[in-house]
Amino acid sequence: MTWETVIGLEVHVQLCTKSKIFSGAGTMFGAEPNTQACEVDIALPGVLPVMNKEAALMAVKFGIAIGANVNRRSIFSRKNYFYPDLPKGYQISQYELPIVSGGSVDINTPNGNKTIRITRAHLEEDAGKLTHQKKNNSSGVDLNRAGTPLLEVVSEPDLRSPSEAIAYLRKIHTLVRYLEICDGNMQEGSFRCDANISVRPQGDKQYGTRCELKNLNSFRNIDKSLNFEINRHIDILKSNGTIVQETRLYDADNDLTRPMRSKEEAHDYRYFPDPDLPPLVISDVLFAETQASIPELPDLRYKRFMSVYHLNEKDAEFLTSDRNIADYFEQVVSICGDSRKSANWITGELLHHINQNGLDIKSSNIDAQMLGELIQKINDKTISGKIAKGVFDEMWHGEGNASSIIEKNKLGQISNTTIVEEAIDQVIENHSAQVQQYLAGQNKVFGFLVGKVMQVTAGKANPQLVNQILQHKLGEKDGVPD
Amino acid sequence: MPYRQTLSSIVGMLNRNDISSVELVQCFLNRIEEHSELNAFISVDAEEALKQARLSDEARARGSINSLSGIPIAHKDIFCTTAMATTCGSRMLKDFVSPYNATIVELLSKGGAILIGKTNMDEFAMGSSTETSWFGPTRNPWHKDHVPGGSSGGSAAAVAARLVPAATGTDTGGSIRQPAAFCGLTGLKPSYGRISRYGMIAYASSLDQGGPITQTAEDAARVLQIMAGFDKRDATSSNREVPNYLDHLQDPIAGLRIGVPRNFVDDAVHPEVVGAIHNSLKEFEKRGAKLVEISLPSCNAAIPCYYVIAPAEASSNLSRFDGIRYGYRTDSFDDLDELYKKTRGEGFGLEVKRRIMIGTFALSTGYYDAYYRKAQQIRRLISNEFESAFKKCDYIAGPTSPTTAFGLGEKTNDPVSMYLSDIFTISANLSGIPAISIPVGFDNRGLPIGLQLIGRSFDEQGLLNLAHSYQQVTHWHQEIPTEFS
Repeated sequence: MTWETVIGLEVHVQLCTKSKIFSGAGTMFGAEPNTQACEVDIALPGVLPVMNKEAALMAVKFGIAIGANVNRRSIFSRKNYFYPDLPKGYQISQYELPIVSGGSVDINTPNGNKTIRITRAHLEEDAGKLTHQKKNNSSGVDLNRAGTPLLEVVSEPDLRSPSEAIAYLRKIHTLVRYLEICDGNMQEGSFRCDANISVRPQGDKQYGTRCELKNLNSFRNIDKSLNFEINRHIDILKSNGTIVQETRLYDADNDLTRPMRSKEEAHDYRYFPDPDLPPLVISDVLFAETQASIPELPDLRYKRFMSVYHLNEKDAEFLTSDRNIADYFEQVVSICGDSRKSANWITGELLHHINQNGLDIKSSNIDAQMLGELIQKINDKTISGKIAKGVFDEMWHGEGNASSIIEKNKLGQISNTTIVEEAIDQVIENHSAQVQQYLAGQNKVFGFLVGKVMQVTAGKANPQLVNQILQHKLGEKDGVPD
Repeated sequence: MPYRQTLSSIVGMLNRNDISSVELVQCFLNRIEEHSELNAFISVDAEEALKQARLSDEARARGSINSLSGIPIAHKDIFCTTAMATTCGSRMLKDFVSPYNATIVELLSKGGAILIGKTNMDEFAMGSSTETSWFGPTRNPWHKDHVPGGSSGGSAAAVAARLVPAATGTDTGGSIRQPAAFCGLTGLKPSYGRISRYGMIAYASSLDQGGPITQTAEDAARVLQIMAGFDKRDATSSNREVPNYLDHLQDPIAGLRIGVPRNFVDDAVHPEVVGAIHNSLKEFEKRGAKLVEISLPSCNAAIPCYYVIAPAEASSNLSRFDGIRYGYRTDSFDDLDELYKKTRGEGFGLEVKRRIMIGTFALSTGYYDAYYRKAQQIRRLISNEFESAFKKCDYIAGPTSPTTAFGLGEKTNDPVSMYLSDIFTISANLSGIPAISIPVGFDNRGLPIGLQLIGRSFDEQGLLNLAHSYQQVTHWHQEIPTEFS
């Protein structure tokens, strides 16, 4: 029997607002415990939540970007349960009427394009964190994260394999960074996901019993945990066992999933509309303003990069996967006019340097203006591509822009025929043996001679001019009998 | 003696330099100490109050005067204050000192009022008699074996005994109006959203509203003036402009239509209460108001509706009292579950636990539609009924409570009969509309009777006008219990 996997994902997108979703406290990551928590986040008696407009508009942006229905009136509800990281004893979330309903994203699969439907995206607050100290058997509560805005994006069970799940996640990840609503940092938990997964015999109409996987904090862990879970389900089904519907945690150290502790069982969250928060209403003006602020989205930009800049799929996909890289690329092209060279320099030399130094494109030592000018110097034959790499290195180390480095180091290409001829004459004189070999028909010696000319001119001779004159001079020799 | 004066006359005394704030505060502090048997206060800070009074006198000498400068007031112990503990009448918060002040505490302080103490209340405002307080019951100054009403019973007893000129209260189902009625005072529950709830410990968020408890409507207008207004920290507060409440107090009431619900005179209402209400209505008629018969049939469902919605919200609001961050924590526990169970089991009293359980049940899967959703539908029905009634009349009048103050302990073992004492007050909370209770007579035991006037949304001004007009020709609001006069 062949088996079919069915996966639905719940992605928790941490919105990069300056303050929390219902309070004025900051949202800085990694601060001293409880320094990013005010009276509202600590849930002192008498405090009240007030909606952060910035967070609401970020959700609207996302809704528009996935072609969803943005509900102009949405409702906050309370999800009630006790846990020390949840100071109010309830989480403010959206239940019956979320801010975003419907929508979809397209992913690439080996079988072509596939549309993944999104059920909903709703606003909610994050919980705090517990730190367990083994030595004195106690736990600490850090409420810095409590009240950080989250957009929970729930997909339909449209994904059929871990690789589709990853493709979908990458798509959402790219999108939220494009929209500048999330920093996408998975290590810091800004982009997390839970997965609902079930397995059924291929062709079955009914879904199998599903399990929910939690604690998936990297693309790698998501892939591994889904694969583990698929095998676990298939093994149980093959031996006529029953899948228990439950929530399971992924243990990355041992690469397996295990059921969460029993206290999590049978929660009745007693959702009801939060009486402290009026319905969230998005006015026509706000909606229009938000719509206008949405940049060109990655899918469209990808297509445009291929059609306008004649890039191949790989380069176009890579360059559009990050809004800042795509912007950088377009600036470079606008300066040098050469999209192919721009793409090559960015995906090659530039990103190599950036990655090695732990930077990103925005903090790159070489900005788009500088790289554009460098490519221009190659195209107008001031320097060769090889020399350009040296110039790039110097630019990277802050030695100035391309023009000043070329000037300072006298790197300008020699296109003066007299100088090139002199160099060639010198090489022919000093390497008569090789010249004889060439004349005897060993054509590949030509390259050796060109190299020698370049050596004599410290690499600055215009290679085309060298080829042309050397060929001519050797041709002359050929004609002269010994 | 200054304590016998209304807040409004004390303002005049201070302005004329007939008395200093220090003398005034000292006078009330002495009375609070003399009458500690009422158990009206949970906390009093004499030293701080006198210090503030000195500062107020100095400021006055420099010409810096606000509308309530130098006047001592008391806050119901549900409003968070940094100056003294905020207990909410509960063991859970018996030692809790808030690091921040409630918005209305800030506002009244800016208005010049001096916080003299925090008053006793039913635990977490759950009760109609101030008997559920962890700090023991408050006694009614008119008859010490009787309750002062609740949940703002401490505030009402304190004002009635002239231990303070005015006090704040909160009203979720009648908790300002019913104690005002039981203690012969003026108690105003403003429209939902008129006064910020920030720093007012939540019982039922969609119903809770703060307000003043005073001797007269004019006093209420002065205090409301300072408490009212939009607060950016409370998303449910209204940004509607606050009128000058003193401006229209003297307006004639001729031509105003007062609706009298057909069903207010039923078996449950004590005949003496009915008599006093009828007499008061005649007084309004004499001054030119017209009485109109109206009907509010759905109001019969108000109590069951309230006792689903309020406990449901309370069950969630009170989840934060878990012994983790502040407040009471049990002495010994083996694990988290036990910490929660013992802390909440020991920290909350019987009535609070009862309502948490009712609310938890009403919200649970399978019961939500039958209880919570249904109650919300009834709530809308009641609101609509008021709306159509206000097409026929401008105000609605009736008894604040079916009876006068009942005896201490009389209803503690019968929660449902206790709940029924709020039958006339609850509808205004469910609809979010303003209502006021004013004294209109006494029963044969000398216990005060209250008239409730209900108005259209945000028509506090009209209610105060009506009440003031009545108080110009009657003396009920000037009566002081003999022992305290």
